Amino acid sequence: MTGTAKLRMAILLAVIAGLALVPFVVGEFYLLLMTKIAALAILAISLDLLLGYSGMISFGHAAFLGVGAYAGAMLAPEYEAANMLITLPLSIAAATLVAFLIGVLAIRTSGIYFIMVTLAFAQMAFYVAHDTPFFGGSDGRLIFSKPQVRLGDMVLADLSGNEIYYYTTLGFLIVSYLCLTMIVRSPFGQIIQGIKSNEQRMRALGFPTDKYRLASFVIAGAFAGLAGYLLAYQAEYVSPAMLGWQQSGLLLMMVILGGSGTLWGPAVGAFLLIAVEEFLADLTGHWMGLMGLFIVLIVIFLPHGLAGLAARIYRPTEAEVDDD
Amino acid sequence: MPPPAKKRGRLFIWHKHMELSFYLIQALNGVQYGFLLFLVASGLTLVFGVMGIINLAHGSFYMIGAYLAYWLSAMTGNLFIAVLLGLPLSIAVGFAVERFCISFLYARDHLEQVLLTYGLILIFNEGQRILWGNDVYGVAIPNWLSGSITLTDTQSYPVYRLFISFACIAVAVGLYFLIHKTRLGMTIRAGASNREMAQALGIDINNLFAAVFALGAGLAAFSGMIAAPVEAVYPGIGENILVVSLVIVVIGGIGSIRGAFAGAMMIGLADAFGKTLAPDYASFIVYGVMAAVLVWRPQGIFGGSPQ
Repeated sequence: MTGTAKLRMAILLAVIAGLALVPFVVGEFYLLLMTKIAALAILAISLDLLLGYSGMISFGHAAFLGVGAYAGAMLAPEYEAANMLITLPLSIAAATLVAFLIGVLAIRTSGIYFIMVTLAFAQMAFYVAHDTPFFGGSDGRLIFSKPQVRLGDMVLADLSGNEIYYYTTLGFLIVSYLCLTMIVRSPFGQIIQGIKSNEQRMRALGFPTDKYRLASFVIAGAFAGLAGYLLAYQAEYVSPAMLGWQQSGLLLMMVILGGSGTLWGPAVGAFLLIAVEEFLADLTGHWMGLMGLFIVLIVIFLPHGLAGLAARIYRPTEAEVDDD
Repeated sequence: MPPPAKKRGRLFIWHKHMELSFYLIQALNGVQYGFLLFLVASGLTLVFGVMGIINLAHGSFYMIGAYLAYWLSAMTGNLFIAVLLGLPLSIAVGFAVERFCISFLYARDHLEQVLLTYGLILIFNEGQRILWGNDVYGVAIPNWLSGSITLTDTQSYPVYRLFISFACIAVAVGLYFLIHKTRLGMTIRAGASNREMAQALGIDINNLFAAVFALGAGLAAFSGMIAAPVEAVYPGIGENILVVSLVIVVIGGIGSIRGAFAGAMMIGLADAFGKTLAPDYASFIVYGVMAAVLVWRPQGIFGGSPQ
């Protein structure tokens, strides 16, 4: 293990330890908020797999969040707790399937078209949730209790407490982070990064680049489905706004704010963006406009996010080379 | 010849006649909606073609146009005065947005462009909420355009919808002359085909970009204004038209005005017939058309190589 790897590991463990202490320090409101942030962080790092490693700018990532969330809500029985061992894999499977269907069409394009196509298909998913009575229409759906982990009739864990649900979400975040880190370091991850930097070269080397891009899109969709499921049970409510284009835009902003292509950056970005959102919402009812202003300023003055800023402070010369 | 047979025959003809006028009305509605969408999408595609900017806030200019049409026509009592006052105002907003925001983006990648213009949508929507609230407004059709043309005993077609089509054709013809016959148009074409070369020949690219962006904003705002009397003016109107415009640009091929026209007509007709023939699935038909085009020609009907 090199020095930097040791340092990274130490920072990661310190952050996890800090996050594990959160329920002992903060009240119920902030615990719920931290749970939401942990779930959104899973979304942000899964989107970073597309943005930072595969070079695919998806403006429709909220669609898979929505599919995971709605699947979780629809599978929940009305008067008893859902079994997570059954409903979670099914929700992830639903998000994976939708990601595959949209992905098959979307990966036929790239660049600017890819942005527009993913935005349009996500909006279609929004209208499905919004306009069909089956999914609850514009009112959305309520979930009546948090899930349990059950084997047969034996309850292994009841996630109805806020603290245990926070730890569950945090656990999934850590597992997702480790999984995605392994994915980007694996041969598969090297290939998608190769496609990002020069697709034609990778195709000339004999890689079926479309299949790799589709695989990357579907993996990201699966993690988004997981995060959607967790978010749905955190709020105990799903609504079409979860899959709207505004949600997709906020997810992109989390990745950019933290710094794409780092995985840890987008997780920090999720935390910061929600913190800013809460701060502005406390300040004024017109916080959405201020959020827009914040986004405009970040894009103009901090386009490489905090990770870019950190890199510039830490290694000024290299950052300047990267900037080109 | 027994009378019942004759009666049956006449009944049949009458039905066929009604069917025909029914389809005619749907076709007219579709073409009218298509013309309107063409105006909006041509602004979007023009800005991309010349400046290489993907502007998600394009729908916001449509929204601004619609609300200005409501607000100014309520104050002045006349939609045309509202358009005359509102259009320069929206173009000025477009100009200011280009100067203070978009001009930072020319050397940046598409991701930063969509994020910045996404931030602009949030700002414009907040402005709309502050100025006009969350209510839904209607705009009155001017008296002399409020009649209907009788097609059959039971069916008629509103004059105002015809007026929209003609207004859009007039603007499209004007746009054609502007781009192909004027000096500004020549510089626009030069800028679109080779930016560096145009600059080397002494064209002030900054002024050109500001003019093109303002023109695109004006096209969107004008569409929003003349569509206001047939559609209600409501929060979120800009996003709805934005997503449809993006679909049209994907179908037609980005940067292509011809493509925008073909895409707009396809979507306009698909929407009009979809709403009456399959109302339950109407909101998905637009995306179905896009999916079909993506399978057939991912670069769009008039697009070059997929980029």
